[in-house]
Amino acid sequence: MTVSTRWSSGPAAPGLPARATAAVEALKLSNWLSRSLGRGSGTVAGGRVGLALDPTLLSTLSAGRQVALVTGTNGKTTTTRMLVAALTDGDDTTVATNATGANMPAGHLSALVASPRATRAVLEVDEGYLGRLVEETHPGVVVLLNLSRDQLDRISEVRMLVDRWRAALGRLAGQPADPPDRRTVVVANADDPMVVWAAQVAPDVRWVGAGQVWHNDAVGCPSCGGGIVFEPDGRWACDRCEFARPDPHHWLDGPDLVDQDGRRVPVAIALPGQFNRANAAMAAVAATVMGEGGSPPLTVPVALARLARVDQVAGRFSQVQRHGRAVRLLLAKNPAGWTAVFDLLEETRRSSDPVVLSVNARIADGLDTSWLWDVPFERLAGRRVVATGDRRRDLAVRLRYAEVACEVVADPLAAVDRAVGRVDGTGDGAVDVLGNYTAFADLRARL
Amino acid sequence: MTPVTPSALTVAVVYPDLLGTYGDGGNGLVLARRAAWRGIPVDLVQADSSRPLPTADLYCLGGGEDGPQVRAAAAMVADGALHRAVDGGAVVLGVCAGYQLLGRSFPDSADRAHPGLGLLDVTTRKSAGPRAVGELVAEATPGAPRLPDGRPLPTLTGFENHGGVTSVGPGALAVARVVSGVGNGGGDGTEGAWSGRVFGSYLHGPLLARNTVLADLLLGWAVAGTGGEDGALAPLDDSEELALRAERLSAGGRPPGSRLRRLVSVRRS
Repeated sequence: MTVSTRWSSGPAAPGLPARATAAVEALKLSNWLSRSLGRGSGTVAGGRVGLALDPTLLSTLSAGRQVALVTGTNGKTTTTRMLVAALTDGDDTTVATNATGANMPAGHLSALVASPRATRAVLEVDEGYLGRLVEETHPGVVVLLNLSRDQLDRISEVRMLVDRWRAALGRLAGQPADPPDRRTVVVANADDPMVVWAAQVAPDVRWVGAGQVWHNDAVGCPSCGGGIVFEPDGRWACDRCEFARPDPHHWLDGPDLVDQDGRRVPVAIALPGQFNRANAAMAAVAATVMGEGGSPPLTVPVALARLARVDQVAGRFSQVQRHGRAVRLLLAKNPAGWTAVFDLLEETRRSSDPVVLSVNARIADGLDTSWLWDVPFERLAGRRVVATGDRRRDLAVRLRYAEVACEVVADPLAAVDRAVGRVDGTGDGAVDVLGNYTAFADLRARL
Repeated sequence: MTPVTPSALTVAVVYPDLLGTYGDGGNGLVLARRAAWRGIPVDLVQADSSRPLPTADLYCLGGGEDGPQVRAAAAMVADGALHRAVDGGAVVLGVCAGYQLLGRSFPDSADRAHPGLGLLDVTTRKSAGPRAVGELVAEATPGAPRLPDGRPLPTLTGFENHGGVTSVGPGALAVARVVSGVGNGGGDGTEGAWSGRVFGSYLHGPLLARNTVLADLLLGWAVAGTGGEDGALAPLDDSEELALRAERLSAGGRPPGSRLRRLVSVRRS
């Protein structure tokens, strides 16, 4: 695929300054060592070394590439994967991407180094690093999915984060309008007031009505402190000031993506659930922005058709067989994510199908488990529930107060087997395994 | 129409839209379930800040972000219902931001002092050091409230996450002495404060899910207030909660060794 060179502001191909070259070589060596020694997946260690040797490396390596940044509390990895699929039509080598979720600058560097000839980069960005990435990579597109509470012992509270996003996107307004194709387009979820508060200061925003299952972090108006009132039709507005849902350019109407001209495209994708249709909508619109200069320009139906084939994302939503039963792996890391996964269970499973819940509280998960009490576990009533993971005892207590009976099994794999063994002998009984970050990774490695 | 039981107990979770960030709404759920499981008719009310505070026997205030904390305090001062309820004998549990705003004053993110409700003689200022984040274990002080049979409160376990330093004035008593963690952080090694029927703590977890004896103590105060027996509640099968407590207490606070191991495990992830 040819990509216009109009994004170039520096050397499009290697021809790097000596310091950057040295840093890149050191990065590759470190990643190779890290992999060879079995110390990790070989994406973070080298990135750290590279950054230490040349702090401007991120900026140097992204110069000349068309960059998309994808951030938000939930759906980052999936949307990043979908956007790559929409842009490449199967030939993934034309895009540099941090597919494994190493979403801080060290991971971004490793992704850029791994694909030196890629003219595009699609980068998943940790919520806390958006400002730095916008500054250093001069992105063509920034995708803002949603923002809600997550790992409060490690990551900032929602309102601190959203103010930092807003400051970073506000600085885009100072960009020179000429050349216009250097402008950053923000693709933002119009249904999340926190996202809207951050995005509305950017000079060019494509609003997407992608939906929002979790409103509890957005009931206070970020502008005036009034209350945000959500209407059943999806609109929302502050009860005191002018802050309100912007008119979206595209929006989800059930399973269809609709635009302002009345065009309607079904979002028929391999991944399950409404929240994945939301991710698909965001990715498709972002892809059309990136593909505007192509001939022919990339359209929403083409982008959707390409990303529809993504059927699992780093193991999320993957199905495995266990003793002849289908077991589906689902990642849920925070109250909004768990709520979305419960929606998915109700959409795709019988109300009696069993679930395994696995929760850890290691550093990557957040050390505090109090968020379990914000998750509506009451919705699991009537299912067979097996609790496992490092923090199965917290789960068991939470489920007791949700009045949902559960079995507690220490070993996660034994917990899956317990649920599998208890599936009804009839029909297509299937087990869903819901885990937070390291609990999911642990089970994925063992199943 | 369902007849209103005159003895029904009402548990209000105060302003979950402002003070619901840290899962502390679970305290209200724990209290309500533990009442219901004993056959005490109970209403659990999620009292949003958009409406006047309802009349309740037990009020639970949770943790929240700095801006919403300021708004919650101002709204409660203007509403006046919590002061009237405390005068009438209601029980109040404040956690983290909810604890701070029960006091005389508390800081916002820019370190400006805001007036609290003055229901508890504590004053909070901003910590000069890093936020206190992690597991906390604390043992009841001699001045802590006693159980109905005269025994002291068992060891408290919870998770703290705050940047405040709270000093306890002469009108209140510290609840516990910190074994590991930070707590009030004022250098006296204490955690939490109480006076009358107002109880404050920095502990999430939620506090009452991990410390069910404390939950029953507060519930007993409220039941006595509604004309029930004085604080003596039928026992419940708390084996799940006891297992969680035992695990958390043995995990302890934050010994340096385990922290190092955690750092290593992160670098490998």
